Amino acid sequence: MSTTIAKRLDLKGLACPLPIARTAQGIRELRSGELIEALATDPGSVPDFAAWCRATGNELVEQREDGGVYRFLIRKK
Amino acid sequence: MVMTETHVEAEEAAEHVPHQKLVIFAWSGDLDKVWPTLILATSGAAMGMQTTVFFTFWGLFPLVKDEVRITGENWMQKLLSTMDRPGLEHLKLGKMNFAGAGPAMMRKLAKEHHVASPTELIELAKDLGVKLVPCQMTMDLLGLTSEDLIDGLGEPTGATTALLEAQDAVALFI
Repeated sequence: MSTTIAKRLDLKGLACPLPIARTAQGIRELRSGELIEALATDPGSVPDFAAWCRATGNELVEQREDGGVYRFLIRKK
Repeated sequence: MVMTETHVEAEEAAEHVPHQKLVIFAWSGDLDKVWPTLILATSGAAMGMQTTVFFTFWGLFPLVKDEVRITGENWMQKLLSTMDRPGLEHLKLGKMNFAGAGPAMMRKLAKEHHVASPTELIELAKDLGVKLVPCQMTMDLLGLTSEDLIDGLGEPTGATTALLEAQDAVALFI
């Protein structure tokens, strides 16, 4: 399984639904098993990314917050 | 069972994302209803739901091209479009419109908070594969032609087609 990040998205400052929508757009070009990193500042993106991963079957590998920036690492289904 | 083109398309998409559909009946042309409609539609499509928005009655006004000023064939249809200017950039608030000051403030706030505008959201919706379907009856009622409407819409249909689509879907009326 790949541990290198295939794509990084800077979604800082964006509000709902853009962090999720941009991630959905960005993950399209990835192959199954590849990783995408998303950085967001919208606190609502924390539950939303979890819900989005549940709905789509993509795996939320890692999630952490650093100085108001949320980092989501997602493996494509 | 007769397989219409819409039905075949729906089945193909359903195979891709099983048991996950969202159908929104958008009847209002008010900014305060159109905006959340587009947020829900783009979110649904982003999470893999096969999403359709059926625009009917006043809901059709947002689909008219912003630069189109007057629509309709007869004087009543034309007068209606003059009284209530169509187009996503010209929508009014259902409450607290204050001659356009309300929507102007909302749009300014949205920009400051990086909330996507209705125009951005409709483009996003198209990119994510949301089916944007105008109601044929309303088009006839208001004298709207396909040329009056923005690009990238589905074929105009009726209530029955929309309800068929909604039968196994999460259905919202906004």
